[in-house]
Amino acid sequence: MIIGALLGEGWSAMVANRMRTLLTMLGMVFGVGAVIMMLAIGQGAQMLVNDSIASMGSNLFIILSGSTSAGGIRQGSGTVPTLTLADAQAIGELPDIAAVAPNLFNTAQLIYASNNWSTQVSGTTPAVMEVRDMQVISGACFTDSDVRAATRVMLMGQTVVRNLFGDENPVGKMVRVKNSPFMVLGVLAAKGQSLDGRDQDDTVLIPITTAQRQLFGNQFPGMVRMILVKAKSAEVMAKAEQSMNELLNTRHRIHVGQENDFSVRNLTAVAQAAASTTEAMSTMLGAIASVSLLVGGIGIMNIMLVSVTERTREIGIRMAIGAKNRDILLQFLFEAVMISLAGSFIGAVLGVACAYFYSQFNDTLVVVTLSSVLLAFGVATAVGVFFGFYPAGKAANLKPIEALRYQ
Amino acid sequence: MIRPLICVTGLYKQYLANVPVLKDINFTIEGGEFVAIMGHSGSGKSTLMNILGCLDTATAGHYYLEDRDTATLNSDELALLRNNLIGFVFQGFNLLPRSSLLDNIALPLLYAGKSKAARRAKALEMLGRVGLAELGERLPNQLSGGQQQRVAIARALVTDPKLILADEPTGNLDTQTSEDIMKIFETMNAERKITIILVTHEPDIATHAKRLIRVKDGQIDSDKPT
Ligand SMILES: Nc1ncnc2c1ncn2[C@@H]1O[C@H](COP(=O)(O)OP(=O)(O)OP(=O)(O)O)[C@@H](O)[C@H]1O
Ligand SMILES: [Mg+2]
Repeated sequence: MIIGALLGEGWSAMVANRMRTLLTMLGMVFGVGAVIMMLAIGQGAQMLVNDSIASMGSNLFIILSGSTSAGGIRQGSGTVPTLTLADAQAIGELPDIAAVAPNLFNTAQLIYASNNWSTQVSGTTPAVMEVRDMQVISGACFTDSDVRAATRVMLMGQTVVRNLFGDENPVGKMVRVKNSPFMVLGVLAAKGQSLDGRDQDDTVLIPITTAQRQLFGNQFPGMVRMILVKAKSAEVMAKAEQSMNELLNTRHRIHVGQENDFSVRNLTAVAQAAASTTEAMSTMLGAIASVSLLVGGIGIMNIMLVSVTERTREIGIRMAIGAKNRDILLQFLFEAVMISLAGSFIGAVLGVACAYFYSQFNDTLVVVTLSSVLLAFGVATAVGVFFGFYPAGKAANLKPIEALRYQ
Repeated sequence: MIRPLICVTGLYKQYLANVPVLKDINFTIEGGEFVAIMGHSGSGKSTLMNILGCLDTATAGHYYLEDRDTATLNSDELALLRNNLIGFVFQGFNLLPRSSLLDNIALPLLYAGKSKAARRAKALEMLGRVGLAELGERLPNQLSGGQQQRVAIARALVTDPKLILADEPTGNLDTQTSEDIMKIFETMNAERKITIILVTHEPDIATHAKRLIRVKDGQIDSDKPT
């Protein structure tokens, strides 16, 4: 039979039972809508995580100083400063290490003209650029000689630039931090959100020595809050972690059985765990939503069975005037697929709209990809064919005379 | 020698074991004949018609349609025969309720694979021939019984079949309307040499035919010209 006629037959059957068709379609509407929305949310979350991981830098360790333990009550990591610049230097000489950036940070108020902004000021070395895969997009980075001389220069993150300077070019301008003037040497490339949702562009970098001697003060000479370490490759991460632990144990004179006053954390592993968690989450969301597609398909099968029974006589008439089994099969299959596709179309529109509103109200990223929409449509067609096949086959295999005599 | 259109030999039909509805039926019908079948209710007339129309199969014996042994044909081949060789007219009209008259009439052409334009043109022509040209877009339930039966006849004729099978086509109609319908059959038979086999309970209707077969208890009781 001809496609146009099949479409016409399907349409007239759908219109003849408007309410029933709509209710049947609802199953597909919700199924496809849910799948598209869940995939969008899952993919959005994954994309955020992947971006943050990329912005973090690869093969990364963070070394924090240990915790205090006073009267059995232990504080968090980094509460007792134990790490020094010398520790950082010694780690840099280990074989598997690509770069090391010590870090001493605190919050401080920045003032430029009539604007002021509170942000995280990190004292570090130029090596941080390599460790954290950072870039200076205008101006220049400070150098090792700035670190040696403890000059008052800074690199500024985009958020800080926006809040202090607006559209003005900050390079070469003077900014006051705790009443000391600092010259802006350069602007950092944007990095976006970190894994824990912090704005990584709301920061300024200054030489570590300047931070130690002029801004935050030292509890002891060369103190740093943490050390960021980049290993040479992913393969040597485990070896590097072990050798850093051994080195710091020796340097801090910690004996076997004694508690460490520092901790080495593999950030890349943490990030990968986060990535696989979100991936598992989005897969699961999709899987749960698919169940409603299945339910929608069963709804179609149910209605098609009713429809075949109701129209047994019509089938008999069609057979009497020359319809082949295949013609009847196609007619009912088309009807099932049309219901399924119409429902899917409405569902897709609804799913995309819901995903959009969800992202507006929750301020999260949702990503509707063409492939997820196509997937939903493909699955919906498959559902129509799969669940339409049994009723259609039942119709096609009726004996002409029995169908015609059916009351 | 020209073979007969229909040749039935030793035909048996039983629905339930050991209760034959048709017993040893033998006859031939040549192309162009107009045959009426009469008999008491339950004598097996409809059963015979359904077998002749390839809607049902015999339990034993042979039914040759244009020399083809219908028992050896598969369901697609039978559908093809029903489509282009046979036209049915039923007592209950059997039009599709949701389709317009034109669509109803054109439906056999759809299964024959004709184009939309060809289907429509032919359906319009047939509708005009049964005198309902202006009503093409109506639905069957907007017509009288007699009008519906004319539409059914138009549908039966649309593929230019050689054989029309009509099982009590006037059973639901009044005398005058029945006469009108019979006139259409007579014209078809006279002008286009279409073979007509017609089941009826009314002797008046049977007189329009040229040959009368009487069935009694599943057997042929008599077979003679009217
Ligand atoms: N599907 C069936 N199953 C069992 N018996 C059947 C079936 N169809 C018909 N019969 C029986 O076959 C016999 C003949 O039925 P048929 O319909 O051919 O009669 P008919 O001559 O057309 O009668 P009427 O004039 O009332 O239409 C009847 O006794 C009927 O009970
Ligand atoms: Mg009968």
